[in-house]
Formats: sequence, C-alpha cells, structure tokens
Amino acid sequence: MAQQIWAWLDEVPDPEIPVVSVIDLGMVRNVTVDKDGIVVAVSPTYSGCPATEVIEKSIVSHLQAKVAGSVSVARTLSPAWSTDWITAKGREKLLAYGIAPPVGAASKRALLGKSAIACPRCRSEQTTLISEFGSTACKASYKCKKCLEPFEYFKCI
Amino acid sequence: MTNKEALLKYVLRLGDNALVLAQRLIELVAHGPELEEELANANFALDYLGQARMYYSYAGELEGNGRTEDDFAFLRPEREFCNVQLVELPNGHFGDVIVRSFLFDAFYLLQLESVEQCGDQRLAEIAARAVREIRYHQRYQSQWLIRLGDGTEESHRRIQTSIDDVWRYTGEMFAGDEVDVKFHAHYGGPDLDQLQTKWRAEIEAIVNVATIRLPVDAWMAEGGKKGIHTEHFGSLIAEMQTMQRSYAGLSW
Repeated sequence: MAQQIWAWLDEVPDPEIPVVSVIDLGMVRNVTVDKDGIVVAVSPTYSGCPATEVIEKSIVSHLQAKVAGSVSVARTLSPAWSTDWITAKGREKLLAYGIAPPVGAASKRALLGKSAIACPRCRSEQTTLISEFGSTACKASYKCKKCLEPFEYFKCI
Repeated sequence: MTNKEALLKYVLRLGDNALVLAQRLIELVAHGPELEEELANANFALDYLGQARMYYSYAGELEGNGRTEDDFAFLRPEREFCNVQLVELPNGHFGDVIVRSFLFDAFYLLQLESVEQCGDQRLAEIAARAVREIRYHQRYQSQWLIRLGDGTEESHRRIQTSIDDVWRYTGEMFAGDEVDVKFHAHYGGPDLDQLQTKWRAEIEAIVNVATIRLPVDAWMAEGGKKGIHTEHFGSLIAEMQTMQRSYAGLSW
C-alpha cells in the first residue's frame, strides 16, 4: 500500500515547476498508513514558499481521488529540506525543461563559493549570473555566453 | 519570569524582527532601483515572512491561549512588538536598505547558527530551516556593500553615510536582558558578548574590502525589545494592520 502511495505522490506536480513532482523535489519524507488513514509527512522547501499550501492541498486531493478514508499532511521541519534532496530523476527533468539543476552540495562552502553552472541548452560552462533571483524564490537567472540564451538556475541551498 | 515565559518572549522577538523587516522590504516592491534588485528584496521579504509565520505559530502554542500567527501580526498594538529598532528604520535610498540588511543579517545569521543548536527542539528546527535562507541573503548584501563602497566617489560617500547614520541602532541587538540571559542559561541560546565579537569581525572583513570604515561606538539606541519604538514604527504597523483594524475578522 505504502509503495503504491509513493507512486501516486510522484504524480503530484510542483505548481510552479510542473515538470517535477513532489517526490522529485525530495519533499515527501514519510508515508504512514494505518486504520485511521494516510498521513504524508512533507518537508517545506523555503520558509515563505507560496506554493507550500497549494502542494499540501494537491497531495490530499490527489490521494483522496485514489483511496477512501482520511488523508492528511503533516509538516516536518527537521531535518530541514535542502536542494541535496532533489532526486537524480528530478535533476534530469529540470535540465530537460531548461532549468539548470543545483550544482554541488548545499554546504556552507558550496553556497558561498563559486561553482560553474552549465547552460542547460548547450552545456557550456561559460555562463554568467544576471540576478540572484528569478521567477521564483528558488531560482537565480543566468545567461550563457556561448549560445547567448538566458536560463534559470535552481539555487543550491 | 519563568524559563518558558522567557522562551515565548524570545520566539516573539525573532518573529517581530522577521515580520517588521519583511514589511519594510515589501515597501520596495514596484519601487526598486532595478528589476533584479527589486526581485531580490521581494524574495528576502518572503523568506522573513515565512520565518515570522513559523515563529508566531510556535509562540501561539507556547502561550496556549489560542492566539494564531495572524493575531500576533495584525492585532497587537505597537508597544507589544519587541523587534529591535534597526529593522523598523525607513528604507531611505538603496544603499541605506543594503546597510540595514547587511548589519541585521550578519547578526541574525550568527543568532540562528546558535539557536539551531539550542535545547528547545521546535525552535532549533525553525532556525535550521531559516539559516540557509539568511546565508543566501548575506552573500547578496555583502556583494552590494563592496560594490557601492568600492564604487564611485559618490557611492562610496553615500554608503559611508548610510553606515554612520544607522550604527547607533546596532547596539541593541547585543544588549542582553532577562530574556536573553534565561534563554542562554536554560536553553543554550547565544552568548551575546561572544556573538558581538564574531559579528564585528565578520562585518569588519567585508567593510574593509568595501574600503569604508566602521563608525566609532558611541551612544546606542535601545528600547525595541521592550516595546519602545522609533517614531517611524507607528506608521509601519498602521499600514500593515489597516485591513484587520478596519474589517475585524476579515479573511481572504
């Protein structure tokens, strides 16, 4: 049962980057099933992410459409979500969608150091930061100096 | 004051600092100098707002009187807000915004790194979430401080004035009272003297690269933690609370 629920959760998209699911983002920490129903433990990404509540509602409505009984979401803060939890499949999907996935581990050093961000289109590492933020809190804006395309980078945090 | 009362006050101070700075930064929306900087500051505001919500929700549980996050934000009078005065100062020009955030975030980051290790599990968890966000802010503030300080003659002069003007509001962050003492002694919260030494060393390193100088310590303003605010604060919360005050119980 739990395995089936995980598979269903993989169908719940992120409302702002619909190409990835809540599983791809590493937001689902645990699924428990007992006689009282299903509880999905979800780790919010950014403190102020406006998508958090939408995601929680989509999880509940998606599962309710599949099974009878109660479905609820429990928010877990610890350990804190990090971009390190985005799965390999999630990273591939981001890249194919044109968003450069986070580079390196979200350690203090990686965050403050400078790593090369490869262009998701031509893979060139000759890229330059345009803005620390992009269309959402989790992304920064970059430009490729080789193919001249602007692109978004999923910040490593 | 019991230890639990001190914890509640400490959590509210964290919430008030975050909410009030969020409110100031939100004022920049549609008034930023450039689209990129406006986006950045709007996103910082979003981070602070999200953090404030977590602090207030927890404060409501600690207090146990059924108050919600919205009650703390929208239904308390001015004198019950216990943020430091630094975060309520008006935005001024872009350099003033950068300096205020730079000085506060350098403190807040160190505070969170300590709170993350504290003995209250729930608060430690909130801090662990917040600390990653503030690290990202700090990098941005530092880059701008360097760019403006080591920029043109005019930007150098103006950013130096910004830091000189705001310096008197930095002392309050490190002026401990009973709440800080109890939170340190009982929950393993930060030692404010140590925090100040570290803070000074960290901001000094960036300020040196920015070719400006730290002002000389003189008289320091205090009172925010006790609910005494600058004259600017009244209009800030009046604007923030106007919908709830005009239409009590309004919800979206």
